[in-house]
Amino acid sequence: MTNQPTSEPTDKDNVVTRLDVWLDRRTGIDSILHETLDEPIPGGARWAYIFGSGLLFLFVSQIITGIFLALYYVPSADHAHTVVSYIVKEVTSGSFIRSIHAYGSSGIIILLVLHIGQTIVYGSYKGRRELLWLSGCILLALMLGMAFTGYLLPWDEKAYFASAVGTNLIAEVPLIGPPLQQLIRGGNQMGTLTLSRFYVLHVFVLPGLLISFIAAHVFFFRKAGAAGPIEEDPIHPRLPAVPFYPRQVAMDAVFAVVLIGILAAIALKTPMDLGPAANPADTHFLPRPEWYYLPFFQWLKYLSGHWSLIGGILLPAVLALIFAALPFFDRRLERRPWRRPIVVGAFLLFLVVYVSLGVASHRDDAKDPGVAEQMHKQEEDAKAFMQQPFVPEAAAGSPAAALASAPPEVVKGLALFQAGSCNSCHGEAGIGTAAAGPLTGVGQKYTDAQLLALLRTPDSKMINGGMMPVDLKQDDLEALVAYLRQLH
Amino acid sequence: MELTPQTNEGVKVEPKNRRSFLLALFGLSGAGVSALLAVPLVRFVTYPLRRRAAANTWSEVGPVQDFVAITAPVAKTIMLERRDAWQTTSSQTAVYVLPSRAGQFRILSPICPHLGCSVRWVDDQNKFICPCHAGLFTADGERIAGPPPRSMDSLEAKVEDGVLKVRYQYFRQLVSSKETMA
Repeated sequence: MTNQPTSEPTDKDNVVTRLDVWLDRRTGIDSILHETLDEPIPGGARWAYIFGSGLLFLFVSQIITGIFLALYYVPSADHAHTVVSYIVKEVTSGSFIRSIHAYGSSGIIILLVLHIGQTIVYGSYKGRRELLWLSGCILLALMLGMAFTGYLLPWDEKAYFASAVGTNLIAEVPLIGPPLQQLIRGGNQMGTLTLSRFYVLHVFVLPGLLISFIAAHVFFFRKAGAAGPIEEDPIHPRLPAVPFYPRQVAMDAVFAVVLIGILAAIALKTPMDLGPAANPADTHFLPRPEWYYLPFFQWLKYLSGHWSLIGGILLPAVLALIFAALPFFDRRLERRPWRRPIVVGAFLLFLVVYVSLGVASHRDDAKDPGVAEQMHKQEEDAKAFMQQPFVPEAAAGSPAAALASAPPEVVKGLALFQAGSCNSCHGEAGIGTAAAGPLTGVGQKYTDAQLLALLRTPDSKMINGGMMPVDLKQDDLEALVAYLRQLH
Repeated sequence: MELTPQTNEGVKVEPKNRRSFLLALFGLSGAGVSALLAVPLVRFVTYPLRRRAAANTWSEVGPVQDFVAITAPVAKTIMLERRDAWQTTSSQTAVYVLPSRAGQFRILSPICPHLGCSVRWVDDQNKFICPCHAGLFTADGERIAGPPPRSMDSLEAKVEDGVLKVRYQYFRQLVSSKETMA
């Protein structure tokens, strides 16, 4: 960790030193490390500062577990629930990895509240830190978007119905509400397009934006410098500075281990459950969002008529704007919380209201016997589903799936197709193999008479490919043609 | 963190023993995170290596009494279930059940070892004949004449609860020894 120019390596130096010198001359790694690790912190390291790096750590954990989950995930309404069930029930450590990812999102929300709380109580948004604060607000919104879009992906009952309610709210937005809702859902109703849109947002768009804004957030933080303790001047620090490395790094590392330890303990003790597959026709299911959206859900219950627009959309929008604009109107450099009763009080009031609404939601559900019974049933259904062994789904186009409804002639043709080993070259359901091309779509290309003629006397191109004349009775040939005609 | 007391002078370089304590701490943190995350992640990604081959690859051919009295090979259509991760595909295929010899059932794959055409049993000639390139086989599936490089392929058979079962497999064509294809 030196910012001196690296000296010529000598034979006396050990291998590590020589490697370091070699690398540094080609990359400048030492000065990068110096720049990263020797960031001055006025007043020195504190446990209060660990939440930002804790968030970064959990975000990296989410990226890693998310990439691994994508190994087995298919974003399509007809497969999503099966593949998540496969991950949870069949793949080794699958339930654990999914639980770390799912509980990790709750961890991020909790750390966001702590990080924002620390920033507000310490007044660390003050003194030329407007852009730092704004980039943080955008990160908060992006993270809430990640939580919302990720929740739908398992496509079980609670995911489906909670997202249906969540996207219904969008229709309340003045003027552009209904088309916006349709755009986000990919249609009027929740469906497979909703799932692919949420997937693309969750996996490509939002993570890309998150990484960009995290970079901006860290850049603005380094530009403004660490704000230090509450008695410190946020623009011209007076307290002696202590470098970020090693004490703050050590605290951050301990915190990272504690975070992953808590997540792992919860994941092992109560693995994230997966309920039965979404059934849009189920009229009894009571949707409840994840706990961090529950207070907002409860708040909406108190609103009706035009109040739902004012309270459900306009009020949160105005509050969000005021929150984002905080460093622009709170411009005093005073940082001690007891001298800033309005901002600190408003934040505490928000927390109290938020927690109370969450508690009220649970109390409402417990108070109504009908609701309590249904909620209990839903929990039992999810538990029962988790106990059942994994059931693979029949592949589409698999003869067993298609046979059920096919006309008898097609069924007979399929039997002839398989008995004649046509499938050994042309593949199951005529999808083609390395030996011979696909037969799908031949029905559009040829008439029945042409197909019959080609089967009896293949053309020279077919014969060169190894095709033999099909020696069958007329009605068998017709059945085979009927089968070939419906291949697609 | 009482082991590295904070000073107001701004400590640029930690004393050596504290430094090694901190390095040990980072090492421990790294090991802790690795144990908790990396091990399950590696197990997760290498799952296909450890998954045992599908245990139940036996297909039902039919009740044993249907085959005890046969005197010539009989073609039967069987259902093949194949598992592809979270999906199953099923298909039908034909097999030949041969007359039992000393109580042992023998089952042949109808796929010609030459180019994969479907070999037919021709009763009045008492032979298996491949319609594509006129490969000839005895009633036991032994090669007599024609381009096929080997005899017809026999399949594993067993009787379970009075039901004849076969373990269907595909074999490589155009080679003189019987090689299973995955």
